[in-house]
Amino acid sequence: MLYPTQTHSLQELQQQAAVASKVYVQRDYNSGKICKFQTKFPSELESRVDKQQFEETMQTLNNLYAEAEKIGGKSYLEGCLACMTAYTIFLCMETHYEKVLKKIARFVKEQNEKIYAPLGLLLTDPIERGLRVVEITIFEDRSIGSGR
Amino acid sequence: MYLGLDEPVRECQYNQICTRNSLPMETLGHKKKKIPRRKWQVFPGRNRFYCNGRVMMARQTGVFYLTLVLIMVTSGLFFAFDCPFLASNLTPAIPVIGGVLFFFVLGMLFRASFSDPGVLPRATPDEAADLERQIGAANGPSGPGYRPPPRTREVVINGQTVKLKYCFTCKIFRPPRASHCSLCDNCVERFDHHCPWVGNCVGKRNYRFFYLFILSLSFLTVFIFAFVITHVILRSNRTGFLSALKDSPASVLEVLVCFFSVWSIVGLSGFHTYLISSNQTTNEDIKGLWSNKRAKDNYNPYSYGNIMTNCCAALCGPLPPSLIDRRGFIQSDTTQPVSHSNGSSMYASTQLHTHMAAATPLLHSNSVMIGGGGPPFPGKSSLVVPCASLAPSQPSLPSMPGLSCAGDMLTLRDPDTHCHHHHFASPEETPSPSGPMPLTLPCAAHMTHGGHIHPAQLYDPASQDSLHEDSVRGLVKLSSV
Repeated sequence: MLYPTQTHSLQELQQQAAVASKVYVQRDYNSGKICKFQTKFPSELESRVDKQQFEETMQTLNNLYAEAEKIGGKSYLEGCLACMTAYTIFLCMETHYEKVLKKIARFVKEQNEKIYAPLGLLLTDPIERGLRVVEITIFEDRSIGSGR
Repeated sequence: MYLGLDEPVRECQYNQICTRNSLPMETLGHKKKKIPRRKWQVFPGRNRFYCNGRVMMARQTGVFYLTLVLIMVTSGLFFAFDCPFLASNLTPAIPVIGGVLFFFVLGMLFRASFSDPGVLPRATPDEAADLERQIGAANGPSGPGYRPPPRTREVVINGQTVKLKYCFTCKIFRPPRASHCSLCDNCVERFDHHCPWVGNCVGKRNYRFFYLFILSLSFLTVFIFAFVITHVILRSNRTGFLSALKDSPASVLEVLVCFFSVWSIVGLSGFHTYLISSNQTTNEDIKGLWSNKRAKDNYNPYSYGNIMTNCCAALCGPLPPSLIDRRGFIQSDTTQPVSHSNGSSMYASTQLHTHMAAATPLLHSNSVMIGGGGPPFPGKSSLVVPCASLAPSQPSLPSMPGLSCAGDMLTLRDPDTHCHHHHFASPEETPSPSGPMPLTLPCAAHMTHGGHIHPAQLYDPASQDSLHEDSVRGLVKLSSV
């Protein structure tokens, strides 16, 4: 299980539905090396989810990653402090990046529960795919009887 | 403390036994084991893991132990023989500063050696299939043309066109600045070089530790060198030069080690300072990717513009977490790609069978080629040989660290030139021997090998046609999954 099943709808999905296919949203490297995913709406999802909604999800995700990788006063301070303590400070506290990654995990879970699971879709947290792709699993809706 | 982990050290204290595992050769799979296995145990790269996945190093660690011994012995001798004299005659601050430097050096060394350099996990089978489909679709229908599908993508970063290359081993399009390390058989983000002295690749996640290690080591070397000389001079003022040497024989050894180390380590620190300030990797600098000599308007798209920002970003920027979850448990329903010794991946999903069936025409045709092909093209074999000869001889490089680091640079060049063989669309990068030569054989070869030892490149034009047809057929089968 990719997610600890806490909501009823997610549980139902993973127990009853079969995976029909997977869609991959690749990284967008046009802005450089920062972690950013393409916001283009994949054609396979046209029948399933609203384009606006999907693009909003992707944009928020991109913004969160930008926040994680932001180079500014706070990250410099953290870096200098870490260097001075020979990086032992990370035994006690999390790096800024890790904190934002947790936030992203919560966001993805929330999006799944509220929006995507009822539509028979499941977003995989990109960190589980090495920040390469956003994997969207399309579940076949057995209960309704309509395949993909 | 020096383990470079994301987890607190207290967990490691309970670990009395460090399990030492080489890379797994058996398939993961349908075996239902009572004890859940951790992901590092089935990691497909050529790395070694210690302390139950907390420590990650390259396969050849001999030179790392040499580094450790050199540092510890020289510093040990300094503290034992020279410091008592210096502390009493000059100031006790000397051993204190020396001690701080020594521990900092060791800390940075362990951090650079033991942490994940920024390895990119390999694509899951579904991802790989999806990518193949996309590449196949982008290429159009497989017609009678001999041009194999291009395995590059172009992106424009900050106004410069950068080519993204497809890695056949990891089955991903490499992000910009990533490179595949042939020694560790992994794609590493912001790959700098593979350092045998540190026993690991130097990449995005441990570059700052590597830099701080060589910087602090140069300070330590100069420090020890200067104070040992001071010690000998002070002693010889009292008792004469020869008896001074007799009183502290260790000083001679220390001076020798430090003298030879200073040139290479200080030089290396200077070089890396230049690289950091211009935000380049060793890889890019050697190839001259962003130099003005390539093109008039060539510039580095990753540089922030000024030296201070570049330095701060490299050293104090956010430290990204490891993308390979080494200590996570393997989920029974997720499929993990596992490498065999021959380099071909076996997947536990049902798509495996179709993939393997599709891939066999390529494998088959490849083996036929090797058996009955023409003589290896001399131009190409000269590229193959250095790689093969350099890689195994890594541990026995000359004692000059500077030269050996040049040695690692050479090794890293070769995988890239090999990887260039896959880029059919870029004739200027592949040194094509005679006219445009569609290079499908290396493509097939890489699929079977995945390691750094490539079979001899064969360019028998007569058998190329059948090979192309086979490979095209193979790819069509793959894309139809």
